[in-house]
Amino acid sequence: MTDLAGRVLKGETRAIARMITLAENDAPDAAELMSKLHQSSGRAQIIGITGVMGAGKSTLISEIALEYRRRGMTVGIVAIDPTSPFSGGALLGDRIRMMEITTDPEIFIRSMGTRGMLGGLASAVYDVVEILDAAGKDIVIVETVGVGQAEVDIIKIADTTMVVLVPGLGDSIQAIKAGLMEIADIYVVNKADHPGFERTMAEIGSLVDLTVSAGGKRTPVLGAVAIESRGITEIVDEIEKHHSELEISGEMAEHRRRRYQAELVEIIRKRLMNLIFDEAVFKGKVEGLLDRIQDREIDPYSAAEEILSRVLK
Amino acid sequence: MEKKIRVLVAKPGLDGHDRGAKVVARALRDAGMEVIYTGLHQTPEMIVNTAIQEDVDVIGLSLLSGAHMTLFRDVTDILKKNNMEDVLVVGGGIIPESDMPALKESGITGVFGPGTPLEDIIRFIKENVKG
Repeated sequence: MTDLAGRVLKGETRAIARMITLAENDAPDAAELMSKLHQSSGRAQIIGITGVMGAGKSTLISEIALEYRRRGMTVGIVAIDPTSPFSGGALLGDRIRMMEITTDPEIFIRSMGTRGMLGGLASAVYDVVEILDAAGKDIVIVETVGVGQAEVDIIKIADTTMVVLVPGLGDSIQAIKAGLMEIADIYVVNKADHPGFERTMAEIGSLVDLTVSAGGKRTPVLGAVAIESRGITEIVDEIEKHHSELEISGEMAEHRRRRYQAELVEIIRKRLMNLIFDEAVFKGKVEGLLDRIQDREIDPYSAAEEILSRVLK
Repeated sequence: MEKKIRVLVAKPGLDGHDRGAKVVARALRDAGMEVIYTGLHQTPEMIVNTAIQEDVDVIGLSLLSGAHMTLFRDVTDILKKNNMEDVLVVGGGIIPESDMPALKESGITGVFGPGTPLEDIIRFIKENVKG
């Protein structure tokens, strides 16, 4: 435990792993350790990968990580899977598709449960990205849970967000248009050897045309067969292109600021929730208010007002 | 947030029978644990590497091929080399009674044969996991 932050900064695997556990558990000394790491963070390039369940995100990440290793970069991967809201447990299976990269000492993979957070991410994901960044990983890849429409929080963390789709989604592309299709910096249609590939490419192409004619940037659409390592260099080239565009245009600073804002909000949310619902000071008060709401003596808005006015005092 | 028990469920070697491992993985999840499942054909080195990165409290090994005396002990040997004796190691599969003492001796603290109730495995882990 001695000088854990120092060991993380040196890139020691065991220290990184332990630090992540402390952050995930919101351990008492986690905040202090994180503040030591913050000064050395901000160097890594952060890539977010999201998309529907079964699109092949994990396999694609494994291939992308290998390509970055060929280019001489070190890689950290955060793979998020849902936590059961009933048992609090989680089955984290993304590593099954990342076997090829398990023994590379320059690739660090960590599986995380969402632990109650919505939006496709895990509450401690900001910390984990910062830890891997401070530990010197050049590239940090975040894989969200398999998403539907609303899980678009990944853009708050990533410099480059990649949305992975597969042929045969058919009309569901229409359905996900509102959420997923608005956040992509790069589209990848994986499983390009499956029937319906051309049609899916055309459908996404026409969506992209719409944004272009509305004055937006043309989002690249790439095909890939991750399981056969096809299309991977093109994807990484495109990620790199997007990254340098961000740096040249100055948008990178904006991205980073957005991430710190999201992180700040999340830390405050967690602290406030703990304070109100877990600390003994408020617990009795909350229970009493719940009784009164149930008995129609007070409404939920006024009850919330009462709690907040106490917190803010 | 309370500390969650993190478990790596792994299948070392060439045995392709993963039904048992998956049933156990689900049961542990339903008991509130975070279960990392890595799939088939893991080498002992891969298992320990994963255990380090995932900072697990428990490793559950499953093997039905009969190679447990070699592969289970390879895992505990590599754990010892890495000073990771604080990780609880349990094993399951077709394991003859006569092999159990030697496995326990080598650091496989709990050994569960066919027909073990899932509750027994959950209870064993909860009682023996090290802080």
